[in-house]
Amino acid sequence: MNEQNLWSILDEVKDPEIPVISLVDLGVVRKAILVDGNPIVTITPTYSGCPAMRVMEEDIEVRLKMAGYKSIQIETVLSPAWTTDWITEKGRKALQEYGIAPPEQSTSDKSALLGHPKQVTCPNCKSPETKMLSQFGSTPCKALYQCNDCKEPFDYFKCI
Amino acid sequence: MEEKEALFKYLLRLGDNAAILGHRLSEWCGHGPELEEDIAIINTALDLLGHARSFYTYAGEVEGKGRTEDDLAYLRKEREYSNALITETANGHYGDTIARQFLFDQFNYLLFSELVNSKDETVAGISAKAVKEIRYHLRRSTEWTLRLGDGTEESHNKIQQSFDELWSFTADMFAQDQSDEVIIAAGIGPDLNSIYTVWREKVKTVLTEATLENPEDGWMQSGSKKGEHTEHLGHILSELQYMQRAYPGARW
Repeated sequence: MNEQNLWSILDEVKDPEIPVISLVDLGVVRKAILVDGNPIVTITPTYSGCPAMRVMEEDIEVRLKMAGYKSIQIETVLSPAWTTDWITEKGRKALQEYGIAPPEQSTSDKSALLGHPKQVTCPNCKSPETKMLSQFGSTPCKALYQCNDCKEPFDYFKCI
Repeated sequence: MEEKEALFKYLLRLGDNAAILGHRLSEWCGHGPELEEDIAIINTALDLLGHARSFYTYAGEVEGKGRTEDDLAYLRKEREYSNALITETANGHYGDTIARQFLFDQFNYLLFSELVNSKDETVAGISAKAVKEIRYHLRRSTEWTLRLGDGTEESHNKIQQSFDELWSFTADMFAQDQSDEVIIAAGIGPDLNSIYTVWREKVKTVLTEATLENPEDGWMQSGSKKGEHTEHLGHILSELQYMQRAYPGARW
């Protein structure tokens, strides 16, 4: 098995809290290499206190064992810090279809300090008329929005 | 003082600030004034817990005696904790919690904005991640300060009193000792005196916009860097450390 193969197996491991996006598309898997045929996978947390990290490690390990790998090494790195810019186009589409508004482009959310929330498109009816209900949502990486047109509340994957 | 020893102390201070304030905020879980706030405050607690874990883990490595993040969080005594006094003050009513959070977030944001340039790569790495989260914390506590200060007569009076009462704890956030001189000289962390000037300006601007009086500098509490704390810390630790004290070595 080669490294390309390894990446496609990792692409089957989904985020435990957002089960439509793979850890690869989320940008959490930073590196995946084979040393003497044994995988070494490097991952990075979305948020410092993300409680899903341990589960992600276990899910990766289980999936790789199922694929026949025996000795698996998983390393966590903090630097460079994860950014929403690492979410792939495929990942953004998956979020959108699942009802979570993907992060608006451009990393560091300066509006976080200036108090002007970003204009976010409603993932349900595509209306640009939405408002932020709370900048903290059901998981550390999301904020809670509501659409002014269809009135549907929805999660927004906030930029960091 | 040797750089390694100073760094260990410095990392503990950063970890303790995050751990104790994070624990205080977690006490709001299920008691927030509304659902969104309950979630927001616990999210903030979770971020702080993440920062604490990173700094404790690294502190253990620097010390080189095999202590883990858990050893440092659960098995140190009150006098060995060096968190800024303001982080351990009581939650009080929501205005008290918001005022404490705003004063600390403003400090923390300025500090971490400098720590991203630390000459210590691990400190810089942890901080680059943390500062993104602290930016959100600061925004929230700023908005709430404005809302409560420039809100109803009752909310205005209550949060004014919160700021007045917490003010004597603010100088302690900026306290520096001999080990800080080593840290500053090594380019690991900034001189807190320069941060203080900016902090004072920023706080003044927000309080003024919130139609609040800026408290006057009077007598200031101190001592956290020497392990001298308020009566609250012992109570916090007795809850935080209960499991490891009652059942040493217990694991999930």
